Amino acid sequence: MSDLDFEIVGRSLPYLMRGLQYTVQLTLVAACGGVIFGTLLALARLSTIKPLALAAAGYVNLMRSIPLLLVIFWFYFMMPVLLQTLTGAERPPQIGAERSAYITFILFEAAYFCEIMRAGIQSIAKGQAAAGYALGLEYRQVMTLIVLPQAFRNMLPILLTQSIILFQDVSLVSLLNVTDFVGASVKVAQRDSRVIEMYLFVAVVYFVLCFALSAAVKQLQQRIAIVR
Amino acid sequence: MNLDIFLQQVPDGDGAWWQMLASGLQWTLLVALLAWIMAFTLGSLIGVARTTEHRWLVRAGDAYVELFRNIPLIVQFFLWYFVVPGLVPAVKVWVTTLDPTEHQLFTAVVCLGFFTSARIAEQVRSGIQSLARGQRNAAYAIGLTPSQAYRYVLLPMAYRIIIPPLTSELMNLIKNTAVAYSIGLTELFFRTREMGEMTFRYFEAFAAATLIYVVIALAANRAMALIERRLAVPGFIAGKS
Repeated sequence: MSDLDFEIVGRSLPYLMRGLQYTVQLTLVAACGGVIFGTLLALARLSTIKPLALAAAGYVNLMRSIPLLLVIFWFYFMMPVLLQTLTGAERPPQIGAERSAYITFILFEAAYFCEIMRAGIQSIAKGQAAAGYALGLEYRQVMTLIVLPQAFRNMLPILLTQSIILFQDVSLVSLLNVTDFVGASVKVAQRDSRVIEMYLFVAVVYFVLCFALSAAVKQLQQRIAIVR
Repeated sequence: MNLDIFLQQVPDGDGAWWQMLASGLQWTLLVALLAWIMAFTLGSLIGVARTTEHRWLVRAGDAYVELFRNIPLIVQFFLWYFVVPGLVPAVKVWVTTLDPTEHQLFTAVVCLGFFTSARIAEQVRSGIQSLARGQRNAAYAIGLTPSQAYRYVLLPMAYRIIIPPLTSELMNLIKNTAVAYSIGLTELFFRTREMGEMTFRYFEAFAAATLIYVVIALAANRAMALIERRLAVPGFIAGKS
């Protein structure tokens, strides 16, 4: 088709880049927050305190069996109500989809990172923790000084791969009218009726970024594998 | 929480809200089933292609998997729904003969089918490659052709090995049908949102949807576990001798 006009991409580039910036920012925050919270969840799941382990397992299984889209909308509609009851404010605070997405993705991704970290912790030989205890270290020291650093290192490629998936999943917030990369392109596409050009551009950018990132992860994986 | 809302009539439709959700569930399951059939067939072919000795087949299979894995699902939905009919005149002509619902259903099945097939191809490949090399050589040694080797030796073992990851792909597929909401397909998530918006009973609507998705996920999980046990070969991984 000859009437494609890719100049539209150039003209709206600053707007699209602001969208991409939000996407990257949300991805980074959610990945860091998700790993921290996910590690705590993993420790809870492996805990000898039964109720704690059960609660963590329930949370993880629930999050993993419902669609992300449903989780996004749950948090968007329920967070103001929840905050209202927590703070005792007179009316629900206005957080907005842009900000509620940060909490949504941290809590959602934590369930997935939890499973990765749990596998990582379980891959460390039991003797290591036992040796730590024998030296007189406490649970906290054994975890932070011996088990978690190794688990994190072993699982780094998988954590990064999951983060690339997260980078793609963030695009779903565009359905809440948030101006992430996809949201920005949808707005430009509808304003200028240039749907084909915009969506092709978005697809190409995502493909190039994700392909390069996964290639980098693969290389990292090989490097780590050699050291071990 | 007030469950009466589910018995309340929908303002501009026929039936109560619970019937709306049930009809959404039917669409979700229909899309998932059709997309699964497509993804399983296509994914198996591509996965096998990636383990053959033809280098260009392997390359093409790798490229296929990378293509569908590195673009977000919602963007793929937009590509199939807006871009493909816009770029290919023949598709556009054909699409105009469909009614909107058919078009949405078709797009959702094709999009999720391709998306999931890339993931299944990856599982099939790793399943086949996890087999001892001797299996393929033994098959050739007793005079089987390559396609017979796959049909009678490699695939029967590989499929059994990859049932657990296939289970999670099936559950992912069911969850991913919710993204078809973005093109307006009236599946379960679409109906859930609609109910929330029209009645302002978001909590009840979302709670019902959550419950339904959890039940489907559990059912899919149990069904695959049953298949795994039924098909287990005694003496191998999952099989009890």
